Amino acid sequence: MLDDGKRPLVRVRNLKMHFPIYRGVMRRQVGEVRAVDGISFDIYAGETLGLVGESGCGKSSAGRAILRLYDVTDGEISIDGNEIAHLAGDELRRLRPEMQMIFQDPQASLNPRMTVAAIIAEPLDEHQTLSRNARMERVFELMDAVGLNRNFANRYPHEFSGGQRQRIGIARALALNPKFIVCDEPIAALDVSIQAQVVNLLEDLQEKFGLTYLFISHDLSMVRHLATRVAVMYLGKVVELADSAQLYGDPKHPYTEALLSAVPEPDPTLENTRERIILEGDVPSPSDPPEGCNFCTRCPRVMDICRRESPEFKQLEDGRFVACHLM
Amino acid sequence: MTMIPQPRQGLRAWLLTDTPTSRTHARLSALYQSWLSFRGNQMAMFGLGILVFLVFVAAFAPLLAPHDPFTQNLLARLRPPGSAGYLLGSDSLGRDILSRLIYGSRITLYIVTLVAIVAPVVGLFVGTVAGYTGGWVDIVLMRITDIFLAFPRLVLALAFVAALGAGIENAVLAISLTAWPPYARIARAETLTMRNSDFIHAVRLQGAGPLRIIIRHIWPLCISSLVVRVTLDMAGIILAAAGLGFLGLGAQPPTPEWGAMISDGRRFILDHWWVATMPGLAIFTVSLAFNLLGDGLRDVLDPKEGSQ
Repeated sequence: MLDDGKRPLVRVRNLKMHFPIYRGVMRRQVGEVRAVDGISFDIYAGETLGLVGESGCGKSSAGRAILRLYDVTDGEISIDGNEIAHLAGDELRRLRPEMQMIFQDPQASLNPRMTVAAIIAEPLDEHQTLSRNARMERVFELMDAVGLNRNFANRYPHEFSGGQRQRIGIARALALNPKFIVCDEPIAALDVSIQAQVVNLLEDLQEKFGLTYLFISHDLSMVRHLATRVAVMYLGKVVELADSAQLYGDPKHPYTEALLSAVPEPDPTLENTRERIILEGDVPSPSDPPEGCNFCTRCPRVMDICRRESPEFKQLEDGRFVACHLM
Repeated sequence: MTMIPQPRQGLRAWLLTDTPTSRTHARLSALYQSWLSFRGNQMAMFGLGILVFLVFVAAFAPLLAPHDPFTQNLLARLRPPGSAGYLLGSDSLGRDILSRLIYGSRITLYIVTLVAIVAPVVGLFVGTVAGYTGGWVDIVLMRITDIFLAFPRLVLALAFVAALGAGIENAVLAISLTAWPPYARIARAETLTMRNSDFIHAVRLQGAGPLRIIIRHIWPLCISSLVVRVTLDMAGIILAAAGLGFLGLGAQPPTPEWGAMISDGRRFILDHWWVATMPGLAIFTVSLAFNLLGDGLRDVLDPKEGSQ
């Protein structure tokens, strides 16, 4: 899993995020939701790793667990050489500036009672001791960087449109000069016309500040456009990880094939020849995953071994990773 | 010929601007807009008017009262309302009821203000800490709250006053002790809805500790619902204070406390109705004013209604 020459900024190994389920009067633990069930990947400095999958497959949980918004069940996460999976309290707080997040719902991610300047300055108050003027100067700098009018600094979030709110969220994430940003479906809640603007902004900022993104999305075309490499998740596990071009050109895992066959084709003649692979049934519950391969209940090319053994996440000759018995 | 803008128009424009120049400016501007929408509610303005009048009366009581509230005049006892020198009549010891009501407003305001400061602050602290921390801290704090909620309010206050001794300060303490649990519940409920919201996640990602999150981000968002609840509870606080006074456990005679005045008049209620009725009307008016104000404030402040 080591690719020399490029430096992995983020290294995730066998990350597990299980949420306990409590029932009854005594609040006894009766089970657990395996939102993320042993995922491993590297994110190289300066690249964008796309993380795709259908709703409820654990994409967001994975992103939030990597940033330690949750207490992870098991596994290792190292960001820029610092092992953070099991840190707590002040030790973790000191490393927070390295990693930030851009949220899906820009409305919910902004405190409705704080002005834009106060929201963007919040992380500065926390980690730096700047004078009043220096802090305002930094806030204006950040607002310029994300394309917000400086005159809006003292307005409240409800006075802005969705795209502008997302820009506020991005400015806040940038305030502490992070190296790594998790974008948790940052464009899903925006109008299509605004999506492109925000994506272009994210690309510009990546170039300007040398950022590394984990881009979580279910918009496959947007991920294709944006991501250097793409990881496909299904029911808490990464089933395929490959360069963007490789993955979109020649998907190896049956689930990836099915997922990509759902992307509409802009050319009508090609669209007519597009063969959709329609999967049968629903995603099994993450609190009760099937035995063997997680995908065995819906896989069009299921074999006997799939129902018994969970496939290993292994590297193929061309550098991509697939978890499937067919390979 | 240039128009010179009136200072008042200038202030108004400054308050209604789209581009505030500082944080204070933005805050004042938001406050002014709330005031504008509050002003549209006539009933609430009426309630506010009564309360402003009450504060004015309490502040200038020595100037407004025609008599000394403590001077007894046994020759002029139980004069009916409207008799010479006694606009609202006199009580069994010949003291002017109007003067006693005027001085009594000070005690009412004193009790209400102190309770309104102590109870919500305690409730806010307990509720937000319980809600944000969760786990056994939450369980312990909420069970304590439940114990306080399990007793009827006045009975619990009576027990506290009986244990602490009669007097205004102890009445304030007793009422505060019985008044905080509902605030703790509200604050906890608000905290639970906010705890897992993205903006709290964002603050946590920036490295803020739990105390900072509670004080800087959760308290300001809880306060508006607490303010509404406090204002609506004011009537209850006044009634509780009057109830304690009526039972002889609040302010001690000869202090002109409204509840104690009703209690005094109870003995003559059939022949000399005004002795008990006048303080009763005062309690009724002030309670009503607080309720009207609370309703108006709820319309303005309720975070779920507007986008403020």
